[in-house]
Amino acid sequence: MIYWDYAAAAPPYEEVVRTVEQLMQLHYANPSSLHRAGADAAALIRRAREVCASALGVRTEEITFTSGATESNNLAIKGAALQYSGRGRHIVTTELEHPSVYESCLQLREMGWEVDFVKPKPDGGIDPWDIAAAVRKDTVLVSVMHVNNETGSVQPQRDIARAVKEANPRTLFHVDGVQGFGKLPGGPRDFGADLYSLSPHKIRGPRGVGLLYVREGVRLFPLISGGSHENGMRAGTENLPAIVAGAKAVRLASERQRELAGRLLPLRDRLLSFLRGIPELVVNSTEAGAPHIVHFSYPGMKGEVLARQLEQLGMLVSTRSACSSRTAEPSRVLLAMGRDEAAALGGIRISLGDGHTESDVAALETAIVKAVLALKIAEGGMR
Amino acid sequence: MRQTDSAKGLKGGTEYADMLLLRFGEFTLKGKNRSRFEKTMLRQVKERVRLYPGAKLITEYGRIYVELGGEPAEPLIATLAKVFGIASISPVKVARSELEDIVTNSLRFMEAIAPAPGTTFKVNARRVWKDFPYGSQEMNRLVSGPLLKAFPALTVDVREPELELRVEVRENGTYLFCDNIQAAGGFPLGTNGKAMLLLSGGIDSPVAAWSSMRRGLEVECIHFFSYPYTSREARQKVVDLARVLSGYSGRIRLHLVPFTEIQTSFAGIGQDNLMITLMRRSMLRIATMLAEREGALAIVTGDSLGQVASQTLSSMNVIGRATDLPILRPLVMMDKGEITELAQTIGTYELSILPYEDCCTLFVPRSPTTNPNLRIVERIEATLPGYAQRLDEAVAQTVTVDLTPHGNERPADEEEAAVQQEEWF
Repeated sequence: MIYWDYAAAAPPYEEVVRTVEQLMQLHYANPSSLHRAGADAAALIRRAREVCASALGVRTEEITFTSGATESNNLAIKGAALQYSGRGRHIVTTELEHPSVYESCLQLREMGWEVDFVKPKPDGGIDPWDIAAAVRKDTVLVSVMHVNNETGSVQPQRDIARAVKEANPRTLFHVDGVQGFGKLPGGPRDFGADLYSLSPHKIRGPRGVGLLYVREGVRLFPLISGGSHENGMRAGTENLPAIVAGAKAVRLASERQRELAGRLLPLRDRLLSFLRGIPELVVNSTEAGAPHIVHFSYPGMKGEVLARQLEQLGMLVSTRSACSSRTAEPSRVLLAMGRDEAAALGGIRISLGDGHTESDVAALETAIVKAVLALKIAEGGMR
Repeated sequence: MRQTDSAKGLKGGTEYADMLLLRFGEFTLKGKNRSRFEKTMLRQVKERVRLYPGAKLITEYGRIYVELGGEPAEPLIATLAKVFGIASISPVKVARSELEDIVTNSLRFMEAIAPAPGTTFKVNARRVWKDFPYGSQEMNRLVSGPLLKAFPALTVDVREPELELRVEVRENGTYLFCDNIQAAGGFPLGTNGKAMLLLSGGIDSPVAAWSSMRRGLEVECIHFFSYPYTSREARQKVVDLARVLSGYSGRIRLHLVPFTEIQTSFAGIGQDNLMITLMRRSMLRIATMLAEREGALAIVTGDSLGQVASQTLSSMNVIGRATDLPILRPLVMMDKGEITELAQTIGTYELSILPYEDCCTLFVPRSPTTNPNLRIVERIEATLPGYAQRLDEAVAQTVTVDLTPHGNERPADEEEAAVQQEEWF
């Protein structure tokens, strides 16, 4: 079996597993306790915050730990909306966003907010002008993801930030950095983001921990109350093992980003040109996209069917993103990019990671040819 | 003008502000040294504004303007209000210097403030740009007319209005403001020399530090710790306290003096009621040596007359004689309530009440003397074997750390523990 679903969950580093294990054994004390063991635990969290801050090039107090990127995105969007509702009740985001952003915006819409969903161009890119045009005097927040989790399309965050701030300097800019961090260069400061979400388990860290950069001066209305943890923005006893091991993954990812991208790009390019050579398939990713995601459709064939075929052949792939793969609906992202329903139903996502080699890709290619052929025969038989 | 203690107290918030106007404190009265004071203060303002890349500084005689450029007003006000030498801050709305735009923006401004019915009010216009076609008196009328019409709840009172809208007409723009947020005031830091401050973990000494910094004194903190009798947490608490203080000064130096040996040597001589006196005198001696090393000219303490046995007049007399340096006691005539209130205002109170023992609460005799005898104390000290040497050692083993408000600085001797965990990160 070869695992091709790094974008959903990357296998943790061995050191990460070891860190979690040791910390669970040694530092079970509550970081809020006054005794020595509690103080030690608190010191570890302090250190983890420093490590993350330096990996992101931001200040220690600007890092908030959450339970995962879904919570980070929820806190960024609903927290900002509730905190700054005095500025207006309008949000701008895109059709591409991950459900944790998209659904948060829909929830706000139910609460009476106005939300504009900007459409991408057919290649999956967002035009900064479209964002600027949507920003109004009462726009509290703009949220645009860095790298799309289905197709790997990359957004010009710096230009978008500039467009947002020119249109309304008070509008906050949130970047969902989950799929971009560790794969592409750039952090919250480079992007001009006021808020930036991260998830360690996408970069070979543990799950159950997430990270939100909150620029100094920005306040968020806490969604979870109950204590003064995380600067009052998120109550709850800290998940110490995950936080420390997550910090380790964040550090490693930032240190290894260039090297990893350099290794994945040729593999991705090889896959892209291979897939383009199969007439039955439509490739939805481009060379301008992230180095670790390749997305294609078999129009008319449900993604799930193709995925099962590939699994038979020893390849674990994903139908679009894991978070929406259990719904039978066509992909919202692909529809927004102008694909027809047949293509939007047949999506397969291959996501690469640092375990993959040329020969793995060759094996995948063989499997894809076999799977497509088998399905074609079956389809012909059914007709 | 409305007087407000902090940005939070502003009704309607500070959302309308395009700019902040910083006014200088009492040092403007000082003729010759004024420019030195101004430069010192400006440097500190710059350092804080640098964290807000959109904001821009404009200096003018007697004032500093901060153009917000989209940066949030509230946190900037909060940090700038801590700069000593700044007396007050006004969030300003900027209009074009054309009558129509001034009136439109005044209306918008008043909307943001949303005055309560019956608020007394006046417009106070000033024409700095003499080419502007309307005079100050005329402007008062031209601006207040539309405002009174739009806000029937307002009543005019030109003598003592609750709300005074100031309109300053300048060539490059007209400034509208009405809030006057009180800032730290005092003298710019360091313009009155340097002193060593004895910082315990208690409520008083951080307040004494703040009060002396406010008078333009640069302060270096000295903390005595008695590890292992006192905890690492107690020491961390002092580091945290000093870091809060650095929020006012930009940076602060903290000297951590190992005090265990000296303290235990006093415990062994069977003069329990003099323990505190002997301890305080040795602290002053060490502080004096450190002052000499660091070029400081005074020692500051958080003493408040009569608060505890070591702070009776007679104790202060005997203790104070251990040093030739002037001892400054900014809190000496204040009562506990006032000190506590100040500690809350400057943000040290919550840390101060954390329940860790420090060296002053350790080995406290049941009945410390309130009336020590100088002659006896001196004789005991003379007979203590190796006393002077122990003081020198304590100074030699002192760990010094420079702290900044947002830094991660740690005393050097704590690095070891951090290294051990490094493999986890």
